[in-house]
Amino acid sequence: MPMSPDAPDTSDRTLKTLGAPSLAELRAAGVVPSREEMAAKPCVCVECIEEIPCNPCETSCPQGALTVGQPITNLPVLDREKCTACGLCIPACPGLAVVIKSLEGDRAKIRFPWEYLPYPAKGDEVELVDRLGTPVCGGTVISVLNPVRNNRTAVVTVEFPGEYVDDVISMRRP
Amino acid sequence: MERDTKPAVVVGAGPAGLCAAIELKRAGAPVLLMDENAKPGGQLFKQIHKFFGSQEHRAGVRGFEIGRDLLRESLDLGIDVRLDTEVVGLGPDLKVWAVEARQRSYTLEASRIILATGATENAVPFPGWTLPGVMTAGCAQTMINVHRVLPGKRVLMVGSGNVGVIVAYQLLQAGAEVAAVIEAAPALGGYGVHTAKVRRAGVPMLVRTTIVRAEGTEGVERAVIAEVDGKFQPQSGTERTLEVDTICLAVGLTPSIELASLAGCKTVYVPELGGHMPLHDEFMRSSVPAVYVVGDIAGVEEASTAMEEGRLAGIHAAYSMGYLDSGEMEKRTADTRRRLRALRQGVFGEKRFTAKERVLAEKEKECP
Repeated sequence: MPMSPDAPDTSDRTLKTLGAPSLAELRAAGVVPSREEMAAKPCVCVECIEEIPCNPCETSCPQGALTVGQPITNLPVLDREKCTACGLCIPACPGLAVVIKSLEGDRAKIRFPWEYLPYPAKGDEVELVDRLGTPVCGGTVISVLNPVRNNRTAVVTVEFPGEYVDDVISMRRP
Repeated sequence: MERDTKPAVVVGAGPAGLCAAIELKRAGAPVLLMDENAKPGGQLFKQIHKFFGSQEHRAGVRGFEIGRDLLRESLDLGIDVRLDTEVVGLGPDLKVWAVEARQRSYTLEASRIILATGATENAVPFPGWTLPGVMTAGCAQTMINVHRVLPGKRVLMVGSGNVGVIVAYQLLQAGAEVAAVIEAAPALGGYGVHTAKVRRAGVPMLVRTTIVRAEGTEGVERAVIAEVDGKFQPQSGTERTLEVDTICLAVGLTPSIELASLAGCKTVYVPELGGHMPLHDEFMRSSVPAVYVVGDIAGVEEASTAMEEGRLAGIHAAYSMGYLDSGEMEKRTADTRRRLRALRQGVFGEKRFTAKERVLAEKEKECP
């Protein structure tokens, strides 16, 4: 079970040992939306918990909902009230660290960045993976968007069983 | 002030050298840009990922696009770019000895020299490291992103710094499998967002792990890895064999300081910045006042910092040659230094910033 956000266990900090952050590590950083929030509206998740000099998420946001400020090594801060989940921050992030998740009844949706060929197509049945790359469940591709302004980072939307919403981060390469 | 009519010679047309030449030319100073390669751009054209930084650092733009834009700018400005031209010698008298296309040799007198010679990838020796299939990460990156040749089907990446994890990602994009990324230190080196995108693609990352040997007859067929103790010694009984046909080494870079040494530039040893490097001041001037050092030769960092260092040196050289007044020089370098400072913050940047401060202080002490 994930740790409570109040008592983060350092043995659960896996970013620098396994390569991907654990849910506990992300919760401690305050970047994991609750199920209630995801049921209320699509939630941007910025899984960027290390101070690196980078702020394209801030400049990509037309609502001013993402703030990095000065210095640009600040971690991004999201204002969920202002966020319309337009998704422009997904391809803007050079670290591919932004996804958008939502819950509708017992189904969940995720929008994530994708830079592998071949691109999936609408209707494809795909395998969704967690942050360590372990397959967790199947899903159905709802859309694949790759307009010129994305500069070759496609944004894929997949629907899947809601119980896996916290763990799913991307899909397995075909 | 009388203007120097002999050209400033920039050696190396990577991001740092291109930016130095652009600033010199913009200021109206005569400049020659030389590069031993057939194409300019240094490593930029291999970088197919989106860069970090802020908008003014061109964050979110892919490296090769930045290279393309710099190249276009240098051509629009009419900079004399001499490709296939190797600078093989130079002395404190600022005489540059160049060899063109390995056929024609000539010397010319420069008023300033800006060394943007970059860095060389390190290697680690282990039994089997001469087998075909063992290569540096930069080599694999050149093969996949420039020549579009896959070096192998299944790769072991040795080293988890940004170079290792970025190239691992690009190998996946090119269609290879990456069996693992291994790291001898107890913590992964690269940005977490880079390791996370490779990890979610199913690539295991193993810390406290080293390569013991490569096995194979005609080429690499297997890699044997093992866990290390606190002194980086492999622990017996922890060996594992990975079926791979390619082993990539991403174990750091060393500044290429040969020409700086020939010019008589004093050096200092800074392990955080890759080893021996020339001393320099805040305008990137070495201990030889007419010789500047910019980019990885002045401490291994990133393309974004290399470009700003190149601009600093280009602007200051143009000023010292009489093509900019001190007010204009101060104004133009102030912007550049502000942008440079922004790139050297946070857990990764601060270490480099502190190291660079040490270099400046040492320079001040050695040649006030």
